[in-house]
Amino acid sequence: MSRAQPSRRERAMVEPAEFRSYYGRPIVKEPAWEQPDVPLYLFLGGTAGASASMATMARVSGLPKLARVGTLVAAGGSLASVAALIHDLGRPERFLYMLRVFKPTSPLSVGSWILAPFSGLATASAASMLTGRLRPIGTLAGGAAGLLGPAMCTYTAVLLADTATPAWHEGRGDLPVLFAGSAATSGAGAALLLVPATETAPARRLGLAGAAAELAAGHRLEHNLGVVSETYRGGRAGTLLKAGKALTALGAGLSLLSKRSRVAAAAAGAAYLAAGVCTRFGVYAAGVASARDPKYTVVPQRERMARTGSPGQ
Amino acid sequence: MSESGYADAQPRMGFFTDTSVCIGCKACEVACKEWNAVPAPDDPSGMDLLGLSYDNTGDLGANNWRHVAFIEQQVPASRVNKSDVDNLGMPTIGAPEQEDDTGVRWLMSSDVCKHCTHAACLDVCPTGALFRTEFDTVVVQPDICNGCGYCVPACPYGVIEKREDDGRAFKCTLCYDRIGDGLEPACAKACPTDSIQYGEVSELRQRAVERKQALHADGVTEARLYGDDPDDGVGGTGAFFLLLDEPEVYGLPPDPVVTTRDLPAMWRRAGAAALGVAAAVVASFAGARR
Ligand code: SF4
Ligand code: SF4
Repeated sequence: MSRAQPSRRERAMVEPAEFRSYYGRPIVKEPAWEQPDVPLYLFLGGTAGASASMATMARVSGLPKLARVGTLVAAGGSLASVAALIHDLGRPERFLYMLRVFKPTSPLSVGSWILAPFSGLATASAASMLTGRLRPIGTLAGGAAGLLGPAMCTYTAVLLADTATPAWHEGRGDLPVLFAGSAATSGAGAALLLVPATETAPARRLGLAGAAAELAAGHRLEHNLGVVSETYRGGRAGTLLKAGKALTALGAGLSLLSKRSRVAAAAAGAAYLAAGVCTRFGVYAAGVASARDPKYTVVPQRERMARTGSPGQ
Repeated sequence: MSESGYADAQPRMGFFTDTSVCIGCKACEVACKEWNAVPAPDDPSGMDLLGLSYDNTGDLGANNWRHVAFIEQQVPASRVNKSDVDNLGMPTIGAPEQEDDTGVRWLMSSDVCKHCTHAACLDVCPTGALFRTEFDTVVVQPDICNGCGYCVPACPYGVIEKREDDGRAFKCTLCYDRIGDGLEPACAKACPTDSIQYGEVSELRQRAVERKQALHADGVTEARLYGDDPDDGVGGTGAFFLLLDEPEVYGLPPDPVVTTRDLPAMWRRAGAAALGVAAAVVASFAGARR
């Protein structure tokens, strides 16, 4: 039964998928979060973040309709994101404990300290815009939310990557780019759906940039993570991520026609938003699949040991 | 200062679990449940027979703070009952062994929270519910935990878990309430073979090395220590093991790392991506002024 160390390492390099386990049972626990709460929290937060930044730029560029939609989406999205997060807590009445401490080692603590001020500022800005009261303060709040917006787009990638869930931790280099791209397309999608064509040129461009980043990062997750990439290609995750890619491409294509056709613009926006939902649920599903099969825990760790020759490197 | 941040007022306490003398009696599981009032599984069907040798517990979790693993392996008969490791003094039946006969080797191991030096569960907990005690152990404060569940996927060993009907996370406390009074943890107290040994980690580590050397001298060359190395991916564990096969055979990760170790790099990456979003938004408005 026992083999010498070197032969095991050799074997790991030749046949990476071979591994031993305890009755095939998982080693790490799968994420304890609920679906749809947490994937929606990721999607809504990203959409809100990109929209807030767009709204700020639209305000200084004199595009009032785009600014208006961006401000409303930022407020609505971030409040819904907060609601999804609270709903997911085992003890929802203790949600304020999230702000009990500021803990740099916890991406959820850092994230809460981004999400809480962001949603407050975005909501203040939207309220001022809707009521016409305290305009200067509303504009200031909107500007601050716009500055925090990009952080809203990417902190959730670190939240997922800082776990022992193999698909997420191994994907730590690509998830921030994927989430940034996905947030940009979703924010652009909301604008394309709700803003008249005279003011959507920036959203169109942002959508194209986001789509390029998203598709490139998605490709790397599906191919560059060794055996763990399987979890991004197969099963429920594979289906969702393929749908996400197709919808992103469709949204990008339709957005090019959106200057002339209101219908094309709306369809492009809807496709981008649906793509965002599919991508977030897909990444979540890949994490769950990678935690369920001990292969994705054991094989990368064995490969790492074979590469570095020592534990914990 | 210890690795984990406490001044050396109190030596680090932990477990050395010598699986070579575990007889799979599960006294540790029972004693833990009794002392800590750990409930039955959320899902009563979890009380079923699992069909995994004598293991009907399955894994560590909110309601199992000790878990005895049972592994049956086909080995040449000559490997069975040859050293004091496998020889539990059980009566045997049948004809004397032939060289090419196969026998069964039974591995048993009582698993528990590792009380990591660099504990991912503690690092990622946003509320501060998880904390490090004066004994260098890792404990959840139930009055602070808001059940966010972040610790659950963070643990590289799959130890901590949310209790569904309660909503909060639970795991082994290394019997914080007992060791504070100078008692040994319930599981170690109940272990009839001293497979579970409680004590100062520095002393346990020494004892573990001696035990491994004795087993090697006895021909049990597969004996190995797991979690004793302060240079491993979690900085060594407060609860460590002597195993007779590769860790993954027992359901343990072969090379666990605390993922917060990569946190600075991950934040840099996310920061760069966020700057990318900002740049893309600004650039997309170029020439858009009306
Ligand atoms: S084994 Fe898991 S639950 Fe126990 S201290 Fe380490 S990270 Fe935390
Ligand atoms: S579930 Fe409780 S112990 Fe776990 S990270 Fe959240 S607050 Fe901390």
